[in-house]
Amino acid sequence: MALSNVVETPASGFNFENVSRNVALEGLLEGGHTKAPKPMKTGTTIAGVVCKDGVVLGADTRATSGEVVADKMCAKIHYISPNMYCCGAGTAADTEKTTDLLSSNLTIFSMNSGRNPRVVMAVNILQDMLFRYRGQIGASLILGGVDCTGNHLYTVGPYGSIDKVPYLAMGSGDLAALGILEDRFKPNMELEEAKELVRDAIHSGIMSDLGSGNNIDICVITKQGVDYIRPYQESEYKDKRQRRYKYRPGTTSILTEKIVPLELEVVQETVQRMDTA
Amino acid sequence: MLTLYNPICSLYNPIYYTTIMAVEYDGGVVIGADSRTTTGAYIANRVTDKLTPIHDRIFCCRSGSAADTQAIADVVTYQLGFHSIELDEAPLVQTAANLFKASCYRYREELMAGIIVAGWDKRRGGQVYTVPVGGMLVRQPVSVGGSGSTYIYGYMDSNYKPNMTKDQCLRLVSGALSLAMERDGSSGGVVRLAAISETGVDRQVILGNQLPKWSTA
Repeated sequence: MALSNVVETPASGFNFENVSRNVALEGLLEGGHTKAPKPMKTGTTIAGVVCKDGVVLGADTRATSGEVVADKMCAKIHYISPNMYCCGAGTAADTEKTTDLLSSNLTIFSMNSGRNPRVVMAVNILQDMLFRYRGQIGASLILGGVDCTGNHLYTVGPYGSIDKVPYLAMGSGDLAALGILEDRFKPNMELEEAKELVRDAIHSGIMSDLGSGNNIDICVITKQGVDYIRPYQESEYKDKRQRRYKYRPGTTSILTEKIVPLELEVVQETVQRMDTA
Repeated sequence: MLTLYNPICSLYNPIYYTTIMAVEYDGGVVIGADSRTTTGAYIANRVTDKLTPIHDRIFCCRSGSAADTQAIADVVTYQLGFHSIELDEAPLVQTAANLFKASCYRYREELMAGIIVAGWDKRRGGQVYTVPVGGMLVRQPVSVGGSGSTYIYGYMDSNYKPNMTKDQCLRLVSGALSLAMERDGSSGGVVRLAAISETGVDRQVILGNQLPKWSTA
């Protein structure tokens, strides 16, 4: 029997209590004068391209909270394994945790089997998990990697659908980015050309979508290794601060100073030896 | 910190509204599908492959929610593979169809999946079974499915004859699919065909500019 003043350890896994709370709040607020805060789609432009020597992933770096830019230098390209990276669009917490979970599972697999994980394995794990949660995990992911079977690019949707394609864009800026990709993508491109294409795709997403912006991150995955260029290109719209907003020590003048020593009496002294062997 | 999560806001949920078709002939089956996946009004994938192998000589054509049909196809592939190993021989198409029906019927409230199962086996030759939304199972010599199927019932009824050859079936399917893609906004892209027989599976892609042309400009 749980006492009210004893903190219960929460059950492991996802907790959807807030979902039912939100639905109840919506119901209460609709009737009255106040309206529920409008949810904003997470702004992002992420893109991926398969080229001759590997896979190139790109992302913008803006994270929004309503209409305010919450993070100007957010990292949307997540590490999965030495040969795989994953771009995430959707609810930031969901993409972060899902990719972390995937990365941990694949590390355990690598240690157990002594093999490098294959991209198709990562995709299957993601698909299983997202389908099981039936869309409650709002993570749209672009997974790209190089393994012994070749260079692969997959997209995994929040309901657990996968698509395997040579080039891809997701997020709120995806239409703008896809326009660039559809125009200039060719199979078996050279690496530099592919990097430029992804940069241009993300750039068009940043220009045409309010939810995407700031810098562009690029991640190049090849058989030889990974080149995570962060930022690949900085925003040309960075502002200089007009004033210094830090106060020098001494800005507030001290008028009087009074020091009162506390009289402490040692009541009990115990010495516990720490075993540092 | 980063955007409010709201369960009501629409998520990326790709759907195959599609046109799928399967025809049996003496010695095998011909199956076909378009290649469009839509999320709302946006085409998420214009080169989708909706013809999924379940076993060596058994395929399924998927329509409905992309996530649901992919998950069901994975489950049935596993179940059928296991069954085939136990049996130590190739599974029957009827078995595959019944496995699809079992999943689709049991979880009918949660799933949105319309599937056509087609293949060849030693006992009954080429067979086509349809498992529409809701989990019914029925065997038909020719079956169409998806949102674009409504536009081609007339074409199918007037042009299908029993005992056609494989080439006649291929022409029937590619003609029907191109007509459906012409009229249905949710179907389009390329036509993917597969001919399954005892000797194997022969896959083809007919690109947009190679599709059969019809008289309306």
